Amino acid sequence: MNFPGSGLIKGMWVTLVNGVGSFFDPQRSKRLITEQYPEERPKLAEASRSFPFLIFDNDPEAGIRCTSCKICEKECPPQCIFIEQDKDANGKLFRRPKVFNIDISVCMSCQICVEVCPFESIRMDNIYEMSSYDRFGSLVVTKAQLLKSNEYYHGIHPTEAATTDARIEAARIKKAAAAKVTAEKAAAAKAAAAAKAAEEKAVSEKAEPPQPEQTA
Amino acid sequence: MNLENLPLAILKAILDAFTWCGAKAGIVVPPWALTLVSILIVIVAILSVFLVMFALMSVLERKILGRMQNRYGPNRVGPWGLFQPVADGIKMLTKEDLVPRSADQIVHFLAPIAMVIPALMLPAILPYGRGMVPVELASGILYFFALGAGTEVAVFMAGWSSNNKYSILGAMRAIAQMISYELPLVMSAVIAALVAGTLSPNGIVMAQAGVSFGVVPNWFVFTPWGFAACILFYIGALAESNRSPFDLPEGESELVAGHLTEYSGFKYAIFFMAEYIGMFAINGLLVTLFLGGYQAPFPFLEWIPSWCWFFAKLAFVAFSMVWVRATMPRFRIDQMMQFAWKFMLPMSFVALIAAAAWHYAGRGLAAWGISFLIVAVPYLLLGRFCFTRRHTVDNRRYLFSE
Repeated sequence: MNFPGSGLIKGMWVTLVNGVGSFFDPQRSKRLITEQYPEERPKLAEASRSFPFLIFDNDPEAGIRCTSCKICEKECPPQCIFIEQDKDANGKLFRRPKVFNIDISVCMSCQICVEVCPFESIRMDNIYEMSSYDRFGSLVVTKAQLLKSNEYYHGIHPTEAATTDARIEAARIKKAAAAKVTAEKAAAAKAAAAAKAAEEKAVSEKAEPPQPEQTA
Repeated sequence: MNLENLPLAILKAILDAFTWCGAKAGIVVPPWALTLVSILIVIVAILSVFLVMFALMSVLERKILGRMQNRYGPNRVGPWGLFQPVADGIKMLTKEDLVPRSADQIVHFLAPIAMVIPALMLPAILPYGRGMVPVELASGILYFFALGAGTEVAVFMAGWSSNNKYSILGAMRAIAQMISYELPLVMSAVIAALVAGTLSPNGIVMAQAGVSFGVVPNWFVFTPWGFAACILFYIGALAESNRSPFDLPEGESELVAGHLTEYSGFKYAIFFMAEYIGMFAINGLLVTLFLGGYQAPFPFLEWIPSWCWFFAKLAFVAFSMVWVRATMPRFRIDQMMQFAWKFMLPMSFVALIAAAAWHYAGRGLAAWGISFLIVAVPYLLLGRFCFTRRHTVDNRRYLFSE
């Protein structure tokens, strides 16, 4: 049936079926696709990211990977990272941050700090409930809040964490091999040097007899 | 206890209590005081009923719209989100009431008042039930349209005084739309008044009592001319209450919010309320004129009180307006004007002729057929030839891009 106004009736029928179907359709979850947020949490994509955090291995103080090299601080486009290096009582600098603050009200989640970090120490988190009633204090996240374990990193980004760990492991093996080579070289050089020294000693003893007389 | 007369019984009980208290205090209550009290009670009753309906409508509309658009709608405040109007009201009341510095302060202040007073006066003449007409006017329909036209002034006051280009554009669109649609609206109301032979709303409802052919209620909507007039009145009511698809005076994608752009806080809330109460009033008039008012459809359903029938029909019409809003996209301004002058107005004349034919052919089965033909043929012809596009892609002429 096609007459003037029939399109309107068809449209009205569609919306009516949709509206009534949302109550009675057994597949109504397909009709009502809104996630009821506080009760239903969205399943985040694995690569989703919000703000950076710092990784530690095993122990939050000793296992902290950050060496306070401040590359991230320099590279951060909105300059939201603030790092202060740790010192001992004598004023000697440690390769460890004393203060590590990120102002998440400024952070734009660009991930550049992650890209530039040479120690695989800073990574992106995926928490998103960061709102607060305090406008200044609680939006500056301190070191204690930023430090999270490597296991947590594996929990939120498994693939990325695995590649990171593999890279660290490869670097460790390479370093160990290089150290071994260096040690062997050093040992060889030492042996050679010792041999040379002994030889030189022998030669000198032969060529130049002791000359206490001359000096005397 | 008779449910049918429950509202009247409550009114009488209150008046009796008033007289009794007066007698206890040793005062003879004069008749004018009783009249005054009864008027006040009726006003309070109408206001509270319409305000509760407005509150309910504002949340149910959003929920129904949501359901029709694959959403839940508001469901956070209270059970099923039913306390949403309370939250909205608190929000509106606590907002800053901004008045632009360059606005005409007095007119800007008066516009919401000029908007809400006619809206609140409109429901006075509607017959809510048998013997339940707050103001029994012999020419109630006339009163209704005379007052309803007053809102146009308020809309233009709001648009003009805001000193904002969007406001004035929205207001001018609103005036154009309201005046254009007032004609078919009044014409279709006139048809019902002519057939009923009276301008009194109660008289029109009385004329729709009973059942013809044994199964069809005598409501005007069940006659060909009445159906046409009802649809025309319905479309006119949509346009008069600025509801989608006729919401182009406040089309947010073009005009921010039209004449409401510079209103905030409680004044905005008043505009909002006036719009909804005006919508309920015009829906009530639609029910009165065409849907049989407080009449039950069949005699065996008359045990349900008449006022329940009225409000059930009112709720259905209000729901259908939400339904239309969920379905139809907004008109373009030229389409809106075309529709009013090229289609609605001729069709309302056609319906008038059909009603006359129906009356003079004896209101029987033959009359039914004749008036059906008189309505259907012009409808098909108008629908077929009225909206053909003259500027098709082939003969479109570009002025600059060629």
